[in-house]
Amino acid sequence: MPKRIVIDPVTRIEGHAKITIHLDDAGEVQQAQFHVTEFRGFERMFVGRPMWEMPGITARVCGICPVSHLLASSKAGDQLLSVEPPPAAKKLRRLMNLAQIIQSHALSFFHLSSPDLLLGMDSDPARRNIFGLMVDHPELARGGIRLRQFGQQIIAMLGGQKIHPSWAVPGGVRSPLTAADREQIRERLPESRDTVLHALDTFKQIVTRFPDEVESFGNFPSLFLGQVGPDGTWEHCDGMLRIVDSNRKIVADHLDPARFQDYLGEATESWSYLKSPYYLPLGYPDGIYRVGPLARLNVCERMGTPLADRELAAFRLLNQGAVTSSFHYHLARLIEILASVESIEAMLDDPDLLSTNLRAKAGVNRREGVGCSEAPRGTLFHHYQVDQNGAIQKVNLLIATGQNNLAMNQTVTQIAKRFIKGPTIPEGVLNRVEAGIRAFDPCLSCSTHAIGQMPLLVQMFAADGSLLAEVRR
Amino acid sequence: MAVQTLTINGQLVSAVEGETILQAARSAGIHIPTLCYVEGLSAHGGCRMCLVQIEGHHRLQPSCTMQATEGMVVHTDTEQLREYRRLIVELLFAEGNHVCSVCVANNHCELQDAAVEVGMDHVRLEYQFPQREVDTSHERFGIDHNRCILCTRCVRACDELEGAHTWDVSGRGAHTKVITDMNQPWGEAVTCTSCGKCVMACPTGAIFHKGATVAELDHGRGKLDFLINAREKKQWNV
Repeated sequence: MPKRIVIDPVTRIEGHAKITIHLDDAGEVQQAQFHVTEFRGFERMFVGRPMWEMPGITARVCGICPVSHLLASSKAGDQLLSVEPPPAAKKLRRLMNLAQIIQSHALSFFHLSSPDLLLGMDSDPARRNIFGLMVDHPELARGGIRLRQFGQQIIAMLGGQKIHPSWAVPGGVRSPLTAADREQIRERLPESRDTVLHALDTFKQIVTRFPDEVESFGNFPSLFLGQVGPDGTWEHCDGMLRIVDSNRKIVADHLDPARFQDYLGEATESWSYLKSPYYLPLGYPDGIYRVGPLARLNVCERMGTPLADRELAAFRLLNQGAVTSSFHYHLARLIEILASVESIEAMLDDPDLLSTNLRAKAGVNRREGVGCSEAPRGTLFHHYQVDQNGAIQKVNLLIATGQNNLAMNQTVTQIAKRFIKGPTIPEGVLNRVEAGIRAFDPCLSCSTHAIGQMPLLVQMFAADGSLLAEVRR
Repeated sequence: MAVQTLTINGQLVSAVEGETILQAARSAGIHIPTLCYVEGLSAHGGCRMCLVQIEGHHRLQPSCTMQATEGMVVHTDTEQLREYRRLIVELLFAEGNHVCSVCVANNHCELQDAAVEVGMDHVRLEYQFPQREVDTSHERFGIDHNRCILCTRCVRACDELEGAHTWDVSGRGAHTKVITDMNQPWGEAVTCTSCGKCVMACPTGAIFHKGATVAELDHGRGKLDFLINAREKKQWNV
């Protein structure tokens, strides 16, 4: 008799989602689906607003990655004004994005995912959280929390507040870095570097405990999309897009982010509020691609900083061609934190960071603009259309998590097929299904994230809809 | 001119004949909250924030329009007044679309300051979420009717200081709104001299400099006070 298992809500992710697992008559997993159950309607809310307000408003989409929206939006604004921001503004935007990558990746790895990795997928759910981590691995937990704080501190120095700054604006940014703040950043760099190196060592030791997870956590061929610099170096803000396949063969290169609609399509499914973007030339759903840390490391040729390049070389050895297991999003995330810390160190003595020439001013010179930045979770696009007075007429936000939607669905199916055997389902197995989603660090456009245990309800339904069994933890 | 002596909150206060209770109170350092009042422009008496209790009067009176008279006994800070003022601010928040976090005037807004002053930790009334327009047709300025509290400060500044009378009020009740010229887009209002006094006068983020981003609007209110002082007292204090 066919059955359906529901995991609702999915815990330790940003936002609200549920997972349903469909079993066939023989009790074998047929398909699993990742549903985003919240609807926010931001794209409609923007209509009529003056375009200058957009960075500040779109930052409110999310409390974890407001900087990503702030930057993509201000870059779309640059296009609407037809201006090139002063060099200092572009560098400061990059600095804030590096800080954002550090803080968001630290949250994902240390706060949300390391309880699974260090305490074990099957460990007591009541302790499988950041507080349990503090007890068993206090040094790692403290380091992770301070690393996130370091990233947040830089955001606050530039934007005036850690969350939802409105500092980046069409044409540039509003304020420079002060010399005193620059010294504070410099002081914190060695500790931050040590924390991420320690986490990398720890991860490499424990990854051997998870052979089944590495094999089944979204391990499948797909395309990978991300920004790269002009020479193929890892890029997070101002690059062109590159798409590689699972052999790391370049499928498309030097793609202009502003023309994303020429090569990316968006499908919708009735069972989720999350759109499913795909690579147009391959169609839906064959055009499945992944974005985010794993994709960025697969598309780039080098990280561009010494320690991160050493780690990238080791990362490349994990697989021939591209690294296709989504479990390694964790490792890619740590390597990106390292690259970000090193990149900040490399740029810190640039006198432009203290410049006060920060803003190009102009009227509305174009009716359409696209801004693109690499959010921690992947490539983010803001596409605006305005009237002649700069009032927003249409907005399309292509969010990183949406672009991983197809891959996340394939991931939960793969995990469910690998671990669900027979009629009884241990809690640890359900946690693996969730952990597969956590590897992507999805941000469901929401500022809430669960610490510890939210109620998890699993229901098995017969084909006629009658409840066969219920597990609650 | 005869000097009037009155009592405000138990304190003896003197006022020049013709002065209002609000002016007398301010001269004596007694604070009465206001929203639509601007010293030097005609009093409108519309916001009712400056209501005071006068002994012998059955009704509360707006102190911005009520003249101070000899022997008057006035209370400005009673339990009833505090509750009324909070309710007034709640009504203003509920009837418009005031979202401080994404407003150009965040941290530079007299409505926001008033909410803090009256202790408005939440709004007890149902939000109306009206559909209102934003006009950015003017080359330098914009008006967002979502944030307008109909204080008419723009109307009075434009008429009494600039002399252009570009701004006026149209409609009734919930449909009341400030308009430019013959209710046409601001960019097409031929009487507007683009002087910006309406931006200076606006207490909220309703009238703003085009290009202002979230929490960035500087009304330049001091400049308005400077102009009024120069005009009324022939003093060009900087």
